[in-house]
Amino acid sequence: MFTETRDTGLADTASAATLIIKRSVAKKRAQVSDNEISEQTQWMLAVRDNRDRAAFARLFDYFAPRLKGVVARSGAPSAQVEDIVQDVMLTVWHKAAQFDPERAQVSSWIYQIARNRQIDILRRENRPLPEELKRPEEASQDASQIVALEQETAQLKKALARLKPAQREMVERAYLGELSHSDIQAETGLPLGTIKSRIRLGLERLRHELKEMGKP
Amino acid sequence: MTTGITHHIPENLIIAYASGALPRPFALVVAAHVSMCDECRARLTAQETAGGAILDTAETSAISDDLRARVLQALDDPIVLPERKTRRGPYPGPVMEALKGQPPRWKSLGLGTRQCIIEHGRAGSVRLLSIPAGQAVPDHGHNGLELTLVLQGAFKDETGYFGPGDLEVADSDLEHTPVADEGETCICLAATDASLRFNTLVPRLLQPLFRI
Ligand SMILES: [Zn+2]
Repeated sequence: MFTETRDTGLADTASAATLIIKRSVAKKRAQVSDNEISEQTQWMLAVRDNRDRAAFARLFDYFAPRLKGVVARSGAPSAQVEDIVQDVMLTVWHKAAQFDPERAQVSSWIYQIARNRQIDILRRENRPLPEELKRPEEASQDASQIVALEQETAQLKKALARLKPAQREMVERAYLGELSHSDIQAETGLPLGTIKSRIRLGLERLRHELKEMGKP
Repeated sequence: MTTGITHHIPENLIIAYASGALPRPFALVVAAHVSMCDECRARLTAQETAGGAILDTAETSAISDDLRARVLQALDDPIVLPERKTRRGPYPGPVMEALKGQPPRWKSLGLGTRQCIIEHGRAGSVRLLSIPAGQAVPDHGHNGLELTLVLQGAFKDETGYFGPGDLEVADSDLEHTPVADEGETCICLAATDASLRFNTLVPRLLQPLFRI
């Protein structure tokens, strides 16, 4: 689509390209809201794309009480628990641009931020983090990919709900940092295979888009 | 991302990393491997999905109105998000982060082998090793868990061949003699929970396999 405009000025080419991309995003976004995307994901996308404060307040009302319950398990003093909740939720606001619903559920993205902040604050150390993958700025989301990942996660939650209380307790302790690597069984028994392949697809799409964008 | 990786992170280490339970030296190796390996990035994200599901279904604890107001008012406060270090040469972002953005400061171990200790504490140690082709890879005592991630070049031992991105997981049961492969100098990121034993280094230099 860039060949016809090659002879015009560079700025024109760039703005034409932006227009085309924006239009395609608007189209995709319409498809997205038509589909069954969870409320949390819609709130998070509104925060990410429109800096929507009302949507953020909803995310806060949903996640902050859960975060507080989880962080309190670490045995931190209650004042510090609220500090961590505050820090996590503000990080969600400030780092929203990195949220990619094709690769992560809102809950898993917030879980990951919460683990990082909890370690950084309680242990006063910087947790080593993998390199971040840059999300293309005008990324067009694939609604079907988002919905598929949400459906897999719903299955996972059902599996969690079916665990016997003692099993559930062990799984919670593993994911909330209460078990050491040698205490964690190689398999938790949770069905993560299809979720992994969904995420893998999301990664491949992301790599592909970034490569396309990098082309002159 | 590095393709052709065949030795990945065991599942229990991925979960322990995701949950924050993994001691820092090992967490650095996991973060470095994930930076190079999409397979393990997907596996880590899948485990974080499970963590997210736990969070989503966790017992809630009431939030004070005060905290809510404080957070909503703070949205416009200026903040400085720390600039994350990016890959430089063979060193992935988290390694550059641990090196504070500086190139490694190598110390000679003799016979052309060099090391750069990144961290050494109660939780264990993590360092970079640079081994000329054909030389034995310094071993780390083997009292507990030992992770060795190849960043450049390759080494081989009785258990297999380890190229860029490959992670060798060893415990006290494994007796092995890793040797840097022909070709490029082998650079590894190695973490252990055993203490480093520097004093025994010199007399052992004459042995074909030297332990530190
Ligand atoms: Zn891997």
